[in-house]
Amino acid sequence: MDLSLSTRAEGGRTVVEVTGEIDVYTAPKLREQIAELVEAGRHDIVVDMRGVEFLDSTGLGVLVGGLKRIRQHDGSMRLVCTQERILKIFRITGLTKVFPIHESVATAVAAGD
Amino acid sequence: MATVELSFVPLPAHVRTARQVAVALARRTGLTDDVLDEIRLAVGEACGLALSLQRQSRPYDPVVLVFDDDAGLTVDVRASAPLDAASGDHALSVLAAAVPRPAVTAEELPVGAALAVLAEFAPRLEVTTSDAGMRLELSWPAVAVANR
Repeated sequence: MDLSLSTRAEGGRTVVEVTGEIDVYTAPKLREQIAELVEAGRHDIVVDMRGVEFLDSTGLGVLVGGLKRIRQHDGSMRLVCTQERILKIFRITGLTKVFPIHESVATAVAAGD
Repeated sequence: MATVELSFVPLPAHVRTARQVAVALARRTGLTDDVLDEIRLAVGEACGLALSLQRQSRPYDPVVLVFDDDAGLTVDVRASAPLDAASGDHALSVLAAAVPRPAVTAEELPVGAALAVLAEFAPRLEVTTSDAGMRLELSWPAVAVANR
């Protein structure tokens, strides 16, 4: 399955809904999307990954890179993820300490920084 | 004798094909769904490393995967880009030093993340490097096979 992205404003944040596979082939598309949002001044981003079926280290790299760009603007990036197999990848690589990970978009949007 | 051999020019689009072949073979051997996810991820990471190496110095040489489903599943991922000869943990450090970070992850995530994922999901991982290239051999033993 390819990667699909959509964005919307919610509670003062920008929600990026991601579905499909984030891998070495599709990750550049996500990177471009995040870069465009940051350039457009949208610095508080929630990445909804509940529809992600596959995530590799390249995809993780894109998320970390996006977080670094956003932090340069004092912004925030929160993730929404519920699939155990995806969460496990964040744990293995130590990134659960880097990203706030939520179970729903509502809690991610409502969370303070 | 290998069950299946697959070679592809080092383009990111083909990594997905390699993952799909690996999962199809694993499913055929009766490996459980949990293991299929691990195979999908580990083979993807191994191919990503091989592809990065190959694109750096041998962009016209294929990445080669040799599958064997004789007792569980073994996947041998090969790149022909020359590296210092080493095996085991030392080979991992040689590999980590040699693999360029893809443009999308420049200075954002170490190659170590890919190796950490590989080490976690492949029950047996053997790495060798030499002038003839790199080999990553990943194995999922038959003990994980259910209902053959």
